[in-house]
Amino acid sequence: MNPLIIPLSHVLMLAALLFTAGLLGLLIRRNVIFILMSLEVMLNAAALAFVGASAHWGQTDGQIILLLILTIAAAEVAVGLGLVLQIQRRFKTLDLDVVSRMQG
Amino acid sequence: MENLPLVPLIPFVSAALLIATAGRLPKMVVGLLGAGSIAVAGLLVLNIGIEFLRDPTPMSIHLWTWISINEFKPAFAFYLDGLALVMMSVITGVGFLIHLYSTEFMQDDASFSRYFAYMNLFVSAMLILVLADNLLLMFLGWEGVGICSYLLVGFWYQDPANGAAARKAFIVTRIGDTSMALGLFLLVAELGTLNILEVAEIAKERWEVGATIPTIACALILGGGLGKSAQLPLQTWLPDAMAGPTPCSALIHAATMVTAGVYLVARNHELFMMSPLIMSAISIIGVATLLLAAFTALNQHDLKKILAYSTISQIGYMFLALGVGAYSAAIFHLMTHAFFKALLFLGAGAVIHCLHHEHDIFKMGGLRKKLPVVFWSFLIGSSALAALPFTSGWYSKDEILLATWSVPTLGPWLWAGGIAGAVLTAIYSFRLVFVVFWGEAKTIPDKQPGLRMSAPLIILCVFSIVGGLINMPLEQVFPSQTNAHAAGPVAWITMTIAIVGVLVSYLLYLRQQINVEPILNKPALKKLRYFWYSGWAMDALYDRLLVRPYKLTASLLKTELIDRFYNLIVESSVASHRALSITQNGKLRTYAINLVVGIALLAAFLTGIV
Repeated sequence: MNPLIIPLSHVLMLAALLFTAGLLGLLIRRNVIFILMSLEVMLNAAALAFVGASAHWGQTDGQIILLLILTIAAAEVAVGLGLVLQIQRRFKTLDLDVVSRMQG
Repeated sequence: MENLPLVPLIPFVSAALLIATAGRLPKMVVGLLGAGSIAVAGLLVLNIGIEFLRDPTPMSIHLWTWISINEFKPAFAFYLDGLALVMMSVITGVGFLIHLYSTEFMQDDASFSRYFAYMNLFVSAMLILVLADNLLLMFLGWEGVGICSYLLVGFWYQDPANGAAARKAFIVTRIGDTSMALGLFLLVAELGTLNILEVAEIAKERWEVGATIPTIACALILGGGLGKSAQLPLQTWLPDAMAGPTPCSALIHAATMVTAGVYLVARNHELFMMSPLIMSAISIIGVATLLLAAFTALNQHDLKKILAYSTISQIGYMFLALGVGAYSAAIFHLMTHAFFKALLFLGAGAVIHCLHHEHDIFKMGGLRKKLPVVFWSFLIGSSALAALPFTSGWYSKDEILLATWSVPTLGPWLWAGGIAGAVLTAIYSFRLVFVVFWGEAKTIPDKQPGLRMSAPLIILCVFSIVGGLINMPLEQVFPSQTNAHAAGPVAWITMTIAIVGVLVSYLLYLRQQINVEPILNKPALKKLRYFWYSGWAMDALYDRLLVRPYKLTASLLKTELIDRFYNLIVESSVASHRALSITQNGKLRTYAINLVVGIALLAAFLTGIV
């Protein structure tokens, strides 16, 4: 197994940065499509951390998890885009705050 | 005879059908069912009556044992004797005519089916009341007619005033019924039975005449009778009960239910004879009520209220008769009163129906030519009410007053009260006729009563005239009158006194020979007239004495300590619910923030930073 050229700490830091960017996007954005994109970023940040760790310790488990995350992301996007279409059709907007109908 | 249980059952089944279909049947079918069921019951009674008159032995039909507690086993059983037969005939006979009349009177009412459901239920309950062989079953019917009366008084419930009248009728009679229930408890505790025949038998063996316990029992049971029959001091509900449809007033508040108190005392006369004190109390209450109501009737100007007060007054006569031991005279007057008062109420209904729901007699007038059938029925009904010679009321009232005279010590006084009442009755009943049917026309009728309204009026006219000749099969039920009837001048005065009243009324209201206006308008007399008009201010008295203190107590108790504690629990639960529901606002991003903050806190906690 080749020794890793990039140190693990850098990989994890990049993953953490990507995750935070995704989380902030999720919290700040109101458009459903951008929220879905932020979710993708977060998923991929997690996947990056797995891959980095897998390379560092020379274990394949992390890469298998990556495959799992990819399938989950695909499924999530399929459902998510379906919801986006429905929301657009019903409410003529993609703003999530407008869509909320609860009085609480 | 085996058909006897069918008599109350048929109206009951019809009522159940009408209730179950909830007004979805066409009016034609409802009318057929409502009036037809009473007609069938009436034919059954006729059949039973013919059989009974052929072989007049009282009989009892035991259907099932209702309750069984040790020795106390009240049965669901009917008892048929002369008294029950008379009552049954009146209820189904007069009841059928009123139902027939109602099919036209209520034609345009949206709740046509509900009306007939209540009316049929009432007839069924009333028949159970008069057929019951024990006091518990009688009490079932007693309460049944009470609830039907409540439902029918408040029939037009959209008007809150009608609801108030219905509640008043219900609550005031409930006071009497509570007293009656206590009386029944006492009888069970003392005698161990409620069977009417057994009660009479055991009471005679166990108690002495005039002892304390029978006096208390009779007083308590009498309370129920006073409430139901609107006698002093529980008479205030009947005038308000006129809020119901007029035919129901005719059936319930004139012909049948209000006379249930008379029936109660007559049915238990052997028990009541154990207490001479209560018997004299009954006669005094009767005279007081008949005078009080007559004075009030003289000052009323609402057509139906005049009739309501005259009903109270006539039932006063029946109680007078019961008190002096003239039971068959009381039942006789009950029957003739059912004829002529139903006639008057149905006539009044026709007047109101044809005059755009006008109730004030001084806004009527001159209807003699416009509504001839109604005029004649009113004339005949009022003659019978005033007890003009050879009408049905004359025979029965004579019998009562002559029996009253021959009672030792109290008799002449009671008789004088009855005579004064008879004069007043004649005055106010003919005041009604003269004001409504003579003079100038003030309101023009916009329709004529049709066949279904006229036919019952004509039939009741016939009965109001010849009803006095009916020979009731009561010899076996009541002890024969031992007092010798009065003769000579007393008898003559009794027989002819009504004519004096009619003459006075004629001079006052038709010829207006005597001008009493200046005297009547003097302040003192005006006050007195208002006092009479308000029913001797009884309503105001009860309002001050009972209603207001009760409401005050209720409003004080509304905020008492224990309630406050429980209200606090409710309030805190509501408040915490409000607080929690803020988090459920449907904003996805708020949820996400909550999630993130939660995970951050959890992570901080687990890693030991906090």
